Amino acid sequence: MMRLQTDVLVIGSGGAGMYAAIAAARDGCQVHLIDRSLVGRGGATVMAQMTVSVALGAECPDHWEHHLADTLKAGRGLCDVALSKLLCENAAARILELDAWNVGWARENGHIKQALAPGHDRARCVYVDFLNTGPAVSRTLRTQVHRIDAIRRIGDVVVTDIVLQDGEAVGAAGLHLISGEPVLLEARSTIIATGGLTRMYRRNSASLNMGGDGYALALRAGAELIDMEFVQFFPIGHLAPRLVGMDPIMWDPFRYKLGGRLLNANGEEFADRYGQSETGNYVLTRDVATYAIFKEVEAGRGTPAGGAYLSFEHVPEADLRKAFGPVIDRLAANGIDLTKMAVEVAPIAHYHMGGVRVNTAMETGVPGLYAAGEAVGGANGANRLSGNALTEAFVFGERAGAAAAERAKLGGNVAWREATGAKELELLSGRGRPAATTNTAAMIVELQALMADNVGPFRTEARLAEAVSRLDALEQELGAVPFHGTDHYDMVRLDWLDLRNMLLIARTVVLAAIERRESRGAHQREDYPGMLPEWELNQVFSHRDGKLALRRASAAKAVR
Amino acid sequence: MKQTARLHIRRGGAGETPRVECFEVPFDPGYSLLDGLRWIRATLDPTLAVRYSCINANACKECMMELDGKVVYACTVRLREGDMHIGPLGNKPLVQDLISEIAPTDERLIP
Repeated sequence: MMRLQTDVLVIGSGGAGMYAAIAAARDGCQVHLIDRSLVGRGGATVMAQMTVSVALGAECPDHWEHHLADTLKAGRGLCDVALSKLLCENAAARILELDAWNVGWARENGHIKQALAPGHDRARCVYVDFLNTGPAVSRTLRTQVHRIDAIRRIGDVVVTDIVLQDGEAVGAAGLHLISGEPVLLEARSTIIATGGLTRMYRRNSASLNMGGDGYALALRAGAELIDMEFVQFFPIGHLAPRLVGMDPIMWDPFRYKLGGRLLNANGEEFADRYGQSETGNYVLTRDVATYAIFKEVEAGRGTPAGGAYLSFEHVPEADLRKAFGPVIDRLAANGIDLTKMAVEVAPIAHYHMGGVRVNTAMETGVPGLYAAGEAVGGANGANRLSGNALTEAFVFGERAGAAAAERAKLGGNVAWREATGAKELELLSGRGRPAATTNTAAMIVELQALMADNVGPFRTEARLAEAVSRLDALEQELGAVPFHGTDHYDMVRLDWLDLRNMLLIARTVVLAAIERRESRGAHQREDYPGMLPEWELNQVFSHRDGKLALRRASAAKAVR
Repeated sequence: MKQTARLHIRRGGAGETPRVECFEVPFDPGYSLLDGLRWIRATLDPTLAVRYSCINANACKECMMELDGKVVYACTVRLREGDMHIGPLGNKPLVQDLISEIAPTDERLIP
């Protein structure tokens, strides 16, 4: 067993985690930045190919209040307004700081270029060409993190539990994957920046490490989760032919720039059957597009792989080349020639609106425990405005880092008593049991299948109830003692630890979805269509004595 | 139409005598080597150690390994009909099966 000590522990090294580490270090703290994979390369940030929303006013006059109005409108009445305001008001400072760090925001006529994205009332979204926003942001933050001696970067450690002492978070326990040794991470403040839960779905646009583990860490430590029923699906995720070397959500900006046509198996445009017509422009909102594709497939008019066609065949080759840049060669390497063929697309799990309930200091309610980025719930309500995910990562990351540092500096001696961490260590000590006939990787595939088929964007009581019983069966199979495979980088044990978190968090999504008998934003109930005023409230989970408890809270409209 | 790749995978951990195991993997044209390795884990042997994060975006750069003696990213190289010989990186310390110690020295828990 290994033991480390620091002031501020940051779990997860995507955009939010790296920003939190930088902020805590510049406030004078020693920081441990921990990741289950390589530092600064996993998570969602590096995958983001699109845009970042910010009221800079560089393209046209703007004010963060307009950005806030659009965020609240997209959130369908459920946003925690104080968090949304924090996001919008502080966006410019972070975007300009990244600009000063040479992230390379696309420029035009000497100013930062801002594009119009769906749901925004004006051109507000900055980006890095071509499809390079996420990689550029990750590289920039990694460079800043490297420059700071007070930040120690540690990869290949999967955190399994937050460690509590006298009701306060005093660090975490984890498994060092390379050696197979348990690790205790002592800290005065701990920040969960582990991203979302899209790995729980069969088709998703995020990394393997987005399995909702931060939600589970927070919940078991005594924090609350909010809005867990709201999983955002991205309507035109790439489906077929197999496309490698690129993010499956890459089509959107091109559809937007070039007016790609969405067609069913008969080659017909179908959006007008679902209340919106497309006249060569990209006007379909995400929820309508998702619904329309699902319904066409259900009616037997889906493509061979079970989606819709996206066609650019009507666009002149020169225009395609201009818009796609070098991307056109990467598509060619995948056997895709857009002048001659359509690709198949279908909705794909993209982002989670729900998450850890925090205040504007990113405090979870458990003293010493903070959350940042997609791990936080509330700022985006029932539906996230496009471009807000990276903004949220930067703004909340910086806030969490600063707040955690403040507490760490005030904190007296948080030396662990002998028994502290012993319970959390138990799970990681010993060899575990042989998996016998159980295949943990197959269990994850089964979980992804049941979430996609029964807890996707369109839900019914019957399918959700079936999801509960399938989750029960998986939980039974998993048991309480980890499986063992190999001594080093034990994939079977890692799957077991991931399933322990994913099954708990999948259950919160399903239970909240069963309770919410209406349709709002990303949560659409086919048996309860329509948005009901009495459901303008949030559902909040807590976890006590091994049991989930769900309560309702009126939406936080006041600015705290 | 499904084709079949025969993946000859070098397995074992640090300090062990390596062994080669062969897996027959059915696939549709266009599928990646990583797709095949994930299929093996979920269907035949979950203990097969392979690391990756982004699955197919070639963003995380974690899935480096050797195919027929050349360094490749498993997420972008395609499965093909017939024999494919796969092993861990030859120039990095072996951890387990296809996983090598690829983290920069200053990002390791045990440097």
